[in-house]
Amino acid sequence: MHNKNNLWLPRLLIALSFAFVLLMLAAPLSVVLAEAFSSGWELYLKAVTDHYALRAAQLTVIATLSSVLLNVAFGLTAAWAVTRFSFRGKGLLTTLIDIPFAVSPVIAGLVFILLFGRLSPLHSFLDAYNLRIVFAVPGIVLVTIFVTLPFVAREIIPVLEARGTDEEQAAALMGAGFFRIFRRITFPHIRWALLYSLILCAARAMGEFGAVSVVSGHLRGKTNTLPLHVEILYSEYQFTAAFAVSSVLAAAAIAILVARNIVELAARKEKKSNVR
Amino acid sequence: MYVNLEHISKRFDGFQAVREVSFGIRRGRLAALLGPSGSGKTTILRMIAGLEDPDSGDIRIDGLRVNDIEPSRRGIGFVFQNYALFRYMTVFDNIAFGLTIKKEKPGRIRERVGELLQLIGMSGLEKRYPAQLSGGQKQRVAFARALAPNPRLLLLDEPFAAIDAKVRRELRAWLREMIRSLGLTSIFVTHDQDEAIEVADEIIVTNQGRVEQMGSSLELYQSPATPFVVEFIGASTPVPEISALKGFDGTPPGAGGAVRPEFVSVYAPDEQVQYAHTEEAIVRSIAFRGDSLELGLTLKGLPLTAAYSLARAPLAVGDAVRLLIRHLYLFDGGQVRLLQNSAYGNGPSENFYSI
Repeated sequence: MHNKNNLWLPRLLIALSFAFVLLMLAAPLSVVLAEAFSSGWELYLKAVTDHYALRAAQLTVIATLSSVLLNVAFGLTAAWAVTRFSFRGKGLLTTLIDIPFAVSPVIAGLVFILLFGRLSPLHSFLDAYNLRIVFAVPGIVLVTIFVTLPFVAREIIPVLEARGTDEEQAAALMGAGFFRIFRRITFPHIRWALLYSLILCAARAMGEFGAVSVVSGHLRGKTNTLPLHVEILYSEYQFTAAFAVSSVLAAAAIAILVARNIVELAARKEKKSNVR
Repeated sequence: MYVNLEHISKRFDGFQAVREVSFGIRRGRLAALLGPSGSGKTTILRMIAGLEDPDSGDIRIDGLRVNDIEPSRRGIGFVFQNYALFRYMTVFDNIAFGLTIKKEKPGRIRERVGELLQLIGMSGLEKRYPAQLSGGQKQRVAFARALAPNPRLLLLDEPFAAIDAKVRRELRAWLREMIRSLGLTSIFVTHDQDEAIEVADEIIVTNQGRVEQMGSSLELYQSPATPFVVEFIGASTPVPEISALKGFDGTPPGAGGAVRPEFVSVYAPDEQVQYAHTEEAIVRSIAFRGDSLELGLTLKGLPLTAAYSLARAPLAVGDAVRLLIRHLYLFDGGQVRLLQNSAYGNGPSENFYSI
């Protein structure tokens, strides 16, 4: 498409892309790291191992793990239902799965407040059994699940659709049960897509701020996740500590990106090695 | 009858795929379900396998009604159109799959898979994955996988459709010999009449969800039961108005039919003609067909095809020749009758295949 004298356009575009990434990503990230370590290792370690920081990290892990687990269950179920059965409301279901992507997380949080909060008719019922959802851990887990709901289903549906049902039918005809068919035929085909979507889901769950912020109530040591903890530290002018905790989140995000690339690479390699 | 279908009907939303289909296949026979796409042949096959349920009618295998028996308990081996080999399993695991489910002992499984690999001529390739096989090899693995649990009935859905033309011929012969030597009752689906004629003992012709006719390829060719079979099996040219042809003037006006190339005798311009019922036609095209020539002719505006021996006087495009239509098929309300030119008198026609 380009002749040899006309290399300025690709060069310009590549340079612009790099400049953009440097300006928007690398610069802020290095600021985070520089600020985090600006007062030395000791303060960094102190900020990171602070009781409230650890509790926040714990809650983030809980929310992330539960959304990842629920996503596997829901995503696989929905993908299987949508691609393997024909039923009324299938189009509606696939559209509904996408809603969390379209709705602002803050609104998602508000929805849960309205659903389980003081103004809700459900509230008196929940109160009677001493169940706290809003401004408590269950609320945080719920909104995190809500926000990450589409990840697995979105990733698996096209993979299952492209593959067809022939192999599963062949296995069923030979008398294989559902679990054997899933384990030996369906799962090997979707495992990379599944892992990939789980990694993205974990990244999103870990970093979620808006929805969690609305339902959290910001109770230190109880309902704070790491992103919320960073915000509180920052608004209290504890800059070093805020950046130190941020650097932990950033490190986790980078680790996840590396994991994603490894998964992608492995999946591509397997495709090349003829097992298609 | 080993396999028996009685008044089978199947409807998919808004579409009658199969209507009142009945037929029977004897034990050890290899039958073809032949028809154009949408004729219901694959649906019939899938209902025998239990992959679809008929809305009405009975399916019997070896005397036992199988409608309510689970597909996996019907004793059927099924070869899918694109083979549906398990792509994440080796050739060995593919063939062994059915046996593993039946909880056969590992030693017995190895023995049986080895046997089948030998049968399909693929010993030594058991560690390959399906993607590392050629189309023909895939088909043979699919065949072995279907055979492994010793089915009593083998069903094959368009078994040659995914293979390129060159290998297809070879595989047809291979599959036919293999099935015959095993003596396994088999039904396969195809839209290709050559394939059905070459491979099957009996052909069931389907059209618009119905069985048009069942019989050997010779029976279908020599005594077609319906206009569809005339058109679908072998070559023929439609004739919209039979009474306009010399020697068939007695036919009621408006009746249509068809003529096969070998029903037409062609006489060169200077040849002696012994019959009075010949008509003049113009040669439009000449094609070499191996043992004879195929002439494209027009007779009073009607296009016809005729076979012409290589030993006869040579013809050229544009020549005016004399034609005698010795026989033709009269379509009579879904039935087919063979009419003989009145030049032969009105007796029953015999020996009409000699040119």
